[in-house]
Formats: sequence, C-alpha cells, structure tokens
Amino acid sequence: MTTKPVSLFAAELVRPALADAFRKLHPRVLARNPVMAVTAVGALLTTAALFTAGDDLGFVLQLAVWLWFTVLFANFAEAMAEGRGKAQANALRAARAETFARRLRDDGTEQRVAATELKQGDRVAVAAGETIPADGDVIEGIASVDESAVTGESAPVIRESGGDRCAVSGGTRVLSDRIVVRVTAERGQGFLDRMIAMVEGARRQKTPNELALTVLLAALTLIFLLVCVTLRPFGDYAGVQLSTPVLVALFVCLIPTTIGALLSAIGISGIDRLIRRNVMATSGRAVEAAGDVDVLLLDKTGTITLGNRVATRLVPATGVEPERLADAAQLASLADGTPEGRSIVVLAKEQYGLRGRELTAPHATFVPFTAATRMSGVDLADGGGRPRRIRKGTADAIGRFVTEHGGRPDREVLAAAEQVARDGGTPLLVADGGRMLGVIQLKDVVKGGIRQRFAQLRAVGIRTVMITGDNPLTAAAIAAEAGVDAFLAEATPEMKLQRIRDEQAQGRLVAMTGDGTNDAPALAQADVGVAMNTGTQAAREAGNMVDLDSNPTKLLDIVEIGKQLIMTRGALTTFSMANDVAKYFAILPAMFAAIYATAGAPGPLARLDVMGLHSPESAILAAVVFNALIIVALIPLALRGVAYRPASAAVVLRRNLLIYGLGGLVAPFVGIKLLDLLLVALHLV
Amino acid sequence: MDAILLILLIVGGATALSWPLGRYLRWAMDPVSLDGPAARFDRLFRAIGGRTTGADQDWKRYCIALLAFNVVMFGVCFAVLALQQWLPLNPDGKEALEGSLIFNTTASFTSNTNLQHYSGEVSLSYCSQLAALMWLQFVSAATGIAALTAMARGLAGRPVLGNFFVDVQRATFLVLLPLAVVLATAMVCGGMPMTLQGAVKATTLEGVEQVIARGPLAAFLAIKQLGTNGGGFFGPNSTHPFENPSFFTNVLSTIAIVLLPMASVWMFGRIVGRMRHATVVFAVMMALLLAKLAGAVAWEQAPTQAFAALPIAQDIGNLEGKELRFGAAAGPLWAVATTCTSNGSVNCMHDSLNPLTGLVPLAGMWLNATFGGVGVGMINMFVYIVLAVFVAGMMVGRTPEYLQRRVEMREVKLAVLAMFAHALFILGGTALFACTPWGTGTLNNVGAHGFSEILYEFSSASANNGSGFEGLGDNTVPWNVATGLVMLLARYIPIVLPLAIAGSLAKRRATASSAGTLAVDTPTFGVMLLATILFLGALTFFPAAALGPIAEHLQFIK
Repeated sequence: MTTKPVSLFAAELVRPALADAFRKLHPRVLARNPVMAVTAVGALLTTAALFTAGDDLGFVLQLAVWLWFTVLFANFAEAMAEGRGKAQANALRAARAETFARRLRDDGTEQRVAATELKQGDRVAVAAGETIPADGDVIEGIASVDESAVTGESAPVIRESGGDRCAVSGGTRVLSDRIVVRVTAERGQGFLDRMIAMVEGARRQKTPNELALTVLLAALTLIFLLVCVTLRPFGDYAGVQLSTPVLVALFVCLIPTTIGALLSAIGISGIDRLIRRNVMATSGRAVEAAGDVDVLLLDKTGTITLGNRVATRLVPATGVEPERLADAAQLASLADGTPEGRSIVVLAKEQYGLRGRELTAPHATFVPFTAATRMSGVDLADGGGRPRRIRKGTADAIGRFVTEHGGRPDREVLAAAEQVARDGGTPLLVADGGRMLGVIQLKDVVKGGIRQRFAQLRAVGIRTVMITGDNPLTAAAIAAEAGVDAFLAEATPEMKLQRIRDEQAQGRLVAMTGDGTNDAPALAQADVGVAMNTGTQAAREAGNMVDLDSNPTKLLDIVEIGKQLIMTRGALTTFSMANDVAKYFAILPAMFAAIYATAGAPGPLARLDVMGLHSPESAILAAVVFNALIIVALIPLALRGVAYRPASAAVVLRRNLLIYGLGGLVAPFVGIKLLDLLLVALHLV
Repeated sequence: MDAILLILLIVGGATALSWPLGRYLRWAMDPVSLDGPAARFDRLFRAIGGRTTGADQDWKRYCIALLAFNVVMFGVCFAVLALQQWLPLNPDGKEALEGSLIFNTTASFTSNTNLQHYSGEVSLSYCSQLAALMWLQFVSAATGIAALTAMARGLAGRPVLGNFFVDVQRATFLVLLPLAVVLATAMVCGGMPMTLQGAVKATTLEGVEQVIARGPLAAFLAIKQLGTNGGGFFGPNSTHPFENPSFFTNVLSTIAIVLLPMASVWMFGRIVGRMRHATVVFAVMMALLLAKLAGAVAWEQAPTQAFAALPIAQDIGNLEGKELRFGAAAGPLWAVATTCTSNGSVNCMHDSLNPLTGLVPLAGMWLNATFGGVGVGMINMFVYIVLAVFVAGMMVGRTPEYLQRRVEMREVKLAVLAMFAHALFILGGTALFACTPWGTGTLNNVGAHGFSEILYEFSSASANNGSGFEGLGDNTVPWNVATGLVMLLARYIPIVLPLAIAGSLAKRRATASSAGTLAVDTPTFGVMLLATILFLGALTFFPAAALGPIAEHLQFIK
C-alpha cells in the first residue's frame, strides 16, 4: 500500500466526501450518532415551521438552512475520514482481483480452481509469476515474493517452508521458484480482506471509550432537551411565546454538536494514522488500548540495538603490536560473510589502515565457522612454506586451539575477554598458531536517539523492558546504555509470557512486538501485540496489530497514536462544552429581551447581551452559524489529532485545559460577535 | 468586617472540628481492628440486628436493605402522624392532619429533606414531633452516612460493601446520638427550652391572653442541625427566639450545619486511603462555599429594593426578613450554609433576601455537593468526580480511571442518570407548576419573584434541602403530592446509582498508576473538578436563574 502524502483537503478526497455527506442523511445512518440524529430532527422541525413562519420567513429559512448544514458538516467530517481510507482500500482491492489457484490433490496432481473456492487446509502450488491465491504457510520450497501490494515495499522478500518466514499473504506475487502453500484463511477472512474492511471503516465498531463518550454526549443532549423544553412553559409564565425554531436553535447550540459531529472522524482517522505508518490494527479497540499501555516489552535486537553486533575495539596481548592483531583479525575475517565478520574487516581498515586483501587459493584455505568448532579463520601457505593458521572464536575454542598447537592460553588475554563481556560486549579471541594475539570486542550498537525516546516514554509514565537472549551481564550493560527501565536476560518465550502475566497482574497494560511462532502466546497475552509482517502466520494471527514494515521501534509510534486519539476526544469534548457559555449569552437575551419590560425600555434580561449583538434574530443566527462552522474549522484537528508532546499527565491536563477549556470559553464570544457583524453587513437579518 | 470575622469563626471552627471528627467517623463506621471498643459495639449491633446483620452485602443487597429499612420507617412515621390525635404526649390536643400533608411530611422527613408545609407548633403533637419526626431525623441522617461508608468501601476495592443494618446502627448510636447529646446540652445552656409540658398561657400587660408554644426544643434542634435535616420545631424555624435564642446558639447552630458534611469528606478519604484526594475534594467544596458566602454576604449589604429610593440610612444592609438580634450578615451566612449542605433550616426569610443573594441558596441546592447532606453530599460529589475524571482522563490521553479503576460506559451512564434526575425534578416540576394554577394559584408575588418561589420549592425538594422561599401557599394537594414524590425519588436515586457505580468499579481489575495516569490529588484536578461542577450546574440551570433572580435583580438596577 503506497502512502504518498495526500493533502488534507485534496480535491479527490473532498468531492466524494461531499456526495457522501448527503448520502449519510439516511435515518439509519444518522441514528448511529444520537447527537446528530436529534440535530437532524431539529432541522426537520424548523423546516416544518417554515409553513407557519409568516413574517419571519427569511429568518426561519436561514435557521433551517444552517441547521441542515450542521448535520451535513458532521456527515462531511465522517466522510472525509472514511474517504482517506477508501482510497487505500481501492488500491488493495486491485491486488485481490480474481485469481485462479492450482490445488494439489492428495495424490499430488494439480486441479485448477477459483481462488474463492479454496478451503482452510487446502494445499496450492504457486510458481514464479503467479499470484498467491490466499493467506497461508509455505510448507514446501523457497521463493522470493513481491509483497508490495500489501506493504508498499518494492524489494522482494524471501519466504520459505519451516521457521519464522513461512507466512504468505493472498494477493502477493511469487517472483522466483515454486512453493507449496497450505491455506490458513478462507476467502473473505484473509489478511487483505481484513485490511480492506478496516480502512474502509465498514466493520468499524465503537470502542469502549467511544461508547462511554457517546453515552455522556447523549445524556448531555437529554439534559439540554429538558432545559429547552421547559423554557417554553417558563416563557409562558413570563408572558413570552417562544417559537419552535428559536427553541430548536438554542437546543442545537447547547448540545455537544462539535464533538458529536467529529467523534467518528476522530476514531477513523486514528486508525488511518496507523495505516499511514504501515501498521494494521485488527480493531479500533487495539488502538485505544495502545494509549493505555504502561509497559513496553521490547526485543533488544532490532528495536533497541541495530540488528548486528559490530567490532568496536581490539585489545592486543602484551608484546603484540596492535597492527599485528589487526592484521590477523582481518585475515581471519576476510572470508567471513556475516555482518560481524565484515565489521572486523572494516574496523581493521579504519583504525589501522589495513586494506582488505584478495586472498585466493591455493595460498589460502578458509575455515568456516561451525557449531562444533565454534571458530573460523584461514590457513595460509606462506611463500617460505611455513603455514600460518589464524583463528578467531570464543575463549574456550581458541584456548583449545592454542593448546593443540603447542602454546598456552594467555591469562591476560582471557582476563581482557572477561572484561569485554562485563562491559556488555562479546569477546572474540584471535590466535595465530600457538599464540593468543588478543581480543576483538564485538558490541551491540544502540540505535541513535533511542535513549531520548525512552526518556520521553518515562515522562508519560511508560516503562520499557528489554528482552534479550544475552547473559545478565551483557544485558545489564546494554540496558544501562540504552536507558531502559528493566531487562529480561536469557529470555525464553515462556519467560516472556510469564513477565506479561506478572505485569498484568499488577494492573499494567503491556505492549510487545514479536515475529516468531514461539512469540504467538505472548503476543496473544499482551494487551497490544504488534506482529511483524515478516513473521509467521501464527504470530500475525495472535497479535492485534501487524507492522507491515516489520520495524519493532514503531511500537513507540503506536502508543503515541493511541494517546493522541483519546486526547483529541477529550479536548474536543471540553471545547464543545465550554462553547455553551457564549451561546447562552447570545441566545437567552435574544429570547427574553422583552419580558418584564417597562414602557420605553428594554426588559431586564436584554442586559445579559454582553456582546452587544445587533438584534435578537442576528444573535440567534450568529450562534447557529458559529455552531455549524466550528465543525468544519475543527475537521483538520479531528483528522490530524491534537498536538502530542510527551509529558506527564499533570502537565498535559493543564495545557489542554488551558487551550481547549479556556480557549473554548473565549473563542465563541469573538466568533459570534464577528458573525453578527457579518450578517448585518450582508443584510441577512 | 464583622461579617468576615463571623465567616472565619464559623467556617474555621467547623473545619477545625471536622478533622478529628472525620477520624472518629472512620473509627466508628469502618472499624479496622477486630478487637477494641469499636469491635465490641459491632458485636452488640450484630446481636441487635439478629439475622439481618448476618453477611456483608454487595451493592445490590446493600441498596435493597437500605430501601427496605426506609420503607419501614416511612410506614411507621406515616402511621404516627395519621393517628396523632389518639396517641399520648399530646398536651395541647392537636387534631388529625390532612392526608396529602401526612404524605408530604413523611416523605420529607424520611428523605432527610424536612420540607415543612405545616407549622409544628400549630399542627403536631409532641409524640409526632419526637417519635415520628425526630426519630427520622436520626435514622435518615444515619442512612446517608451508611451509604457513604458503603460507597467508600467499594471504591477502596472491597468486593462487599458491608452490612447496612450494622452501618445504620453505628451511624445512629456511635455518631449522631453522642453528638446530639453534646449539642443539645450546649443549646440548653444557651437558653433553649427543653420541656414536655404544653403551651404557656400568659396574660399580657394589656390584659390579652397569649398562648406561648414551647416543647422539647434543644433535643429536636441538635439533630435537626447535625443531621442536615433542618425541619424546625416551630414554623419559623431558627428565626424563632426559642429555637435560636442568641448569637451563641446561632454560631453553634451554623457550625453544626456544616460539621458532619465536612467530616464526611475526611471519612471518605480515610476509608479509600486517599487523604490527599480528600483534601482536594474538600478544597473544591470549600472554594465553592467561600465564594457563595462572600457573594451572599456582600449582596446582602445592599438595602432592600423597597427602601432603596427612600431618604433613610442605608448602611446597615438589608434587614427585611432578618432577626435584629443577628443582623444583616448572619442571615445570608446561614442561608448559604443551610443550602450548601442539604440542611434547610433558616434563621431569616429567604423570600426577603435581595434577588442575587436569593440566587446563592438556589445555586447551592442545584449543585448540592458543596459539602451537601451528611454522607450524601460526598456521594453527590462523587458523581461530579466521575464525570470530571472521565473528561480529564481523556485529555491526558488514556482511558479514564478513578482510584485505579477504569471508568467506562456503565459508570458514565449511571453518573449522568443521577445528574439528569436532579435536573428533571427541578426544571420539570417548575415548568409544570409555572404554567398551571397548581403553582400560579398559590403565589403571593408576581413576575420574576413568583417564578423564583416555584423554582425554589422544587430545588429544595430535589436537593433534599427543605428550606422554603416562602411566600408560597404550599399546603395544597398538588404541592404536597408533587414535592413529596420529588423528595423521595431525589433521595434514593442519587444514593442507589452511585452505589451501583462503586459496586461496578470494585469489580474491575485494579490498574497501576504512573506519571501518565491522571492524578486526582493535585490542584490541577481540583480546578478541573470545580470547572465540571460549575459548567454542569450553570449550563443546566442558567436559563431558570436568568428568568428568576437575575431578571428580578436587573429589573431594579438602573
């Protein structure tokens, strides 16, 4: 899925959204949102009042128009949020175009069937150039697969049977070789289908917090309905006949239309923001839970440190020239294709000016690393015929090697190796025949900027736990360097699962990333489990999010998006409520200006008109127009989310109270006054 | 200046006394240790209660026990009032009461409201006053304390909320009775009558025979003030020289009005183990109380409107409807205290307060959580807290939590329901009576002031306050039935719903708190809570306020 940045109000998004805004006037759609549903009823009542308006026709007509606009603006906001998802869904759907599959019978013969007929457990053969018909696991063969349809990443990935890279998604294309795939998800429930449903918002269910907020908004609506309905008998008592359109105007202004209109847009755009960062959530609930996370379990490798260890230092034995050690280390690593081996060559080159040399047989015989010997190196046939046998490996292995070649293990070197291990590095010893030359220090390189991210997380009250297979000593050193709060060393999948359960038992919400099949239980247990897209099907099923980029650091972004989502809801609710004060001061004096008036002077309540508005009609209209326009004005905020800066709850609350509480109190006074002036200038009242 | 000293004396004195009393309340209501005197009392109460005090109850059973107990009390009180002409302790031969008045009075005292559509000295026998009304003044207040104790236990995370029948005995015999004895003794020392003899017949200097009513006043008054009951022995309540003879009894009475509601907050804090949170809540209530006191006292320094244009000295404030022995400041001060809490006793006529001063008691009853009724004030505040926590919690970017329990749809639903009920009773009732002869036919004033009278009556009933704006002929069948129903509904709905919230929170898994969770013990949260209370209150009641006191005020300001 391509994530080319689309501007918020791009024409290709706005046009369909405008049409959708009208389509969403359908009562069944409106009924999902109680606040907007009653607004629509109010608009309907006002429209009906047009027939009995008499002299007030112009005024009531404008009221009716703006009330309908209020509903349409709300629909438009939701349509805009959905529209951004729809564009992505269409791209995904293209990948799902009808395909045929070659199903394997039990006797191994192939049968051509439509992809839609595939059942769970079927085996299908897919050859180069063919599209994989359904989600599944590779059970035979290895192939390079183009997954750009799903991930947007054009470089092909390797998928092979067994291990952690066996999962394939329907809709992706095999580029080379032939694989046999066992179908794990039927048509309609596959990964791609879930993505489409998610981005389209078709299956979007309200999350717990959204439900609670909807109840609050509905109840506030009910209270304001009571306030406005009782105003009519109150008016009768005071001797003023309040018309339905005016009461409806007050009612719509008071009920929380701003947050009510934007609520679903906020939810959809939260998921949308995740998708933009190439994270697929299986439910909105997961996004919300991400904001509540207290503990992050992070795998060391790939998340906290760069994937591979790197040689950072050479420690020569006493009496050995550093250059000699560097030379031997480089020779031993020249044929070593592992990233660690390459980093040794680079270190020797950069620190000691030794250029990589071409060593060719018959002069040199490379000795590859094996699990049995636990060392690698090179045998050189020198010009003089005296062979050199250079090795690098673990302390034990090199110790044995030296002894076999008539030397003695060098205690100093062994001590240096231990020191390296204590500092969080991995020591590799280098020997030339019977002599230990020194130690290469391999170290995990902590990702740049990760320390600051953890500090930010700590500020918002989130603890980080590093998970690693390293021994406790190494783990402690890296943990200290990266600034995590705790670590789990020599971790097994069982320990990981136990740790999650322990944290949860103490009332914490846990988020983690994982990719392997053995991560699946932990991913399922975690409150937010982010599976890597490169991971196994089991892991992807167990988690409630999938990161298409397979970048575990993204967990931090996910947490931010979750927090921002809930924060936006709270901020707009506060704003919406604070707005009501100004609306009271605009509409109440307009309604009751005439009561208890003595001859020649306006009534006492006319003095509540602190904004000095032109006339009762202009005041009411200005309030209604403000109420409608503020929805449009806040659509960008709803779609982007409120500004998120990591800080403690107390600081965030203070800031948001000031901006959205105080701001919400003041803004409508200014807005309504300006609109009043404008309405008068345009001779609309 | 005198007014400021008086405020300091009363508010400062009550605050200082509330702290140790809160500690005592915790000891009495929710004993921690299994031995010691509190536990011995516990065994005694369980023995008295028999089978009813068996197991501890969850929120549902607790509410059922509470309601059942109150239904029985309602029945007993109704019977005593209905049969008073045949019962003993009736030296002045009081006659039978009208049916709707019996209903109203029983509802009023069962619900801790003490709205009085009768005058005690005219209509009620000593038996009715003591056995029916004073008894209810004890147990209705005890019901409130018990409910708060149960709610606090739920919020402390305990799966069962305790046993109502034990709690109500603890509150009656360990809290209210001893305090009432102390206060009554002090009142007798202050010159208050305490007798079971009938009225005195005296011949005045002019030779006219005068009947001077008296009775067991000190006993009645003590629990009337302490239990936020407010129902007077005499019709004029604490303006009557026997019910409030001197400055001394006046100060003591005012302190007694706010004392237990204040201590309830501390008890809540101690049971949930969050004293800093309780301090923030207390501070919010105190800020509201002081703001209202300052406003009321200041506005009452202006002369009454009838005198405003007259060429007379205007520097003594509005003395209309005040007792001269207390002056212009003690009246509004009491008016604020009695309506902030749900007491409802008066020492001046609220009808005669300046219009804006009259708005302050109304606001007190609308919010009904500025200390509020004994126990129930804190329960009402809890409803505001739930809503404040919900909105503030979202603003910090987390699913809202309160005391480590997640606040979700069920809690929000129950909280706003309680809020809506209060608004419905006040606005709905006022609307009904403002446009029908039921209300308009009983008014003695027209215009905005008449509107305020209707509004006040329903506010008082719904807040379980019981004070009257007066100027209203309220002993009619419609008024008796309507306010009687409102008092009962407005009493039990706001007790049952918060208990349900506490019960459902108690079942939730406790969450851990961190720097990212909303702290409810900071000044920032206090501001949020204050804003929530003011906004919800103002947005709901502003139009009614504008049509009543505000319109009346603006009418006279040139």
